Amino acid sequence: MTFEIIGTYLAALSLLIGSGFIIIGVIGLLKFNDPMTRLHAPTKVGTIGIGMLLLASTLHSFALGEGSVHELLIMAFLFVTAPISANFIAKANIHRGECETPPAPARDDTWSTLNTPEEDKEI
Amino acid sequence: MVRTFKWLMPHPFLTLLLAVVWVILQKEVTAGMAVFGVILGILIPWGTSIWWPDRPKSLRLGKLCSYSFMVVWDIVVANIQVAWVVLTVPNSKLKPTWIVVPLELKQPEAITLLAGTITLTPGTVSADVSDEGHSLLVHVLHTDDPDAVRDDIMTRYQDRLKEIFS
Repeated sequence: MTFEIIGTYLAALSLLIGSGFIIIGVIGLLKFNDPMTRLHAPTKVGTIGIGMLLLASTLHSFALGEGSVHELLIMAFLFVTAPISANFIAKANIHRGECETPPAPARDDTWSTLNTPEEDKEI
Repeated sequence: MVRTFKWLMPHPFLTLLLAVVWVILQKEVTAGMAVFGVILGILIPWGTSIWWPDRPKSLRLGKLCSYSFMVVWDIVVANIQVAWVVLTVPNSKLKPTWIVVPLELKQPEAITLLAGTITLTPGTVSADVSDEGHSLLVHVLHTDDPDAVRDDIMTRYQDRLKEIFS
């Protein structure tokens, strides 16, 4: 067993695990029936599914002797951007009324996305 | 001297981060590219500092590192739990709910980091902050005890972030 073979097998294993999580995410996306719970599926795919695929890529590049760490950067960009899109979809769902109305905040008046001035409410 | 430094580098951590990202983006690490990365790291924060006047007063990098490792571990554990929920719990028995997390953090950077952590951890998505910034709206996929989830977020993430940004 050389380093190359072990690395290739490890890469294959992480590819399998990553694809497994992605397929579970897709099942969740199809199975759940309201937009807010459906939102939970892609956030999972975005983190561990893609993470394992990128880990496989890194392992493979190191096994072939030309290591690259660009995958770390992709991971970092993904981790920074994924919550923002999820946040916007959640706010859109609140506005469309496709989920339960959120409870009022404990100390303040309202949630900032619902805090529109009176004259802007009729579009 | 200190004032010149502050004028030149309004965000020292951003300078460091930009330089490191620039070096990683290159195919090969060379001294020239490292210097160019540092130049970019100084120029970009300097040019954009008008739109970003405040900076976090203090940032404990060591604690931030251990926090990131803890979050990665939590993401792995929570992924397996959510995968189990997706595969075994039928839609009729799913108990999605909203929870309201009281915020004790004040800095926008810290609140952003907390909201990002909550969204990245599967099973919870942060949706909104209240208009005065005292609470965070979080959606939970499946839970029997919403209060326990709220307390978990407060003790596990918020207390650590308070230490990092204290």
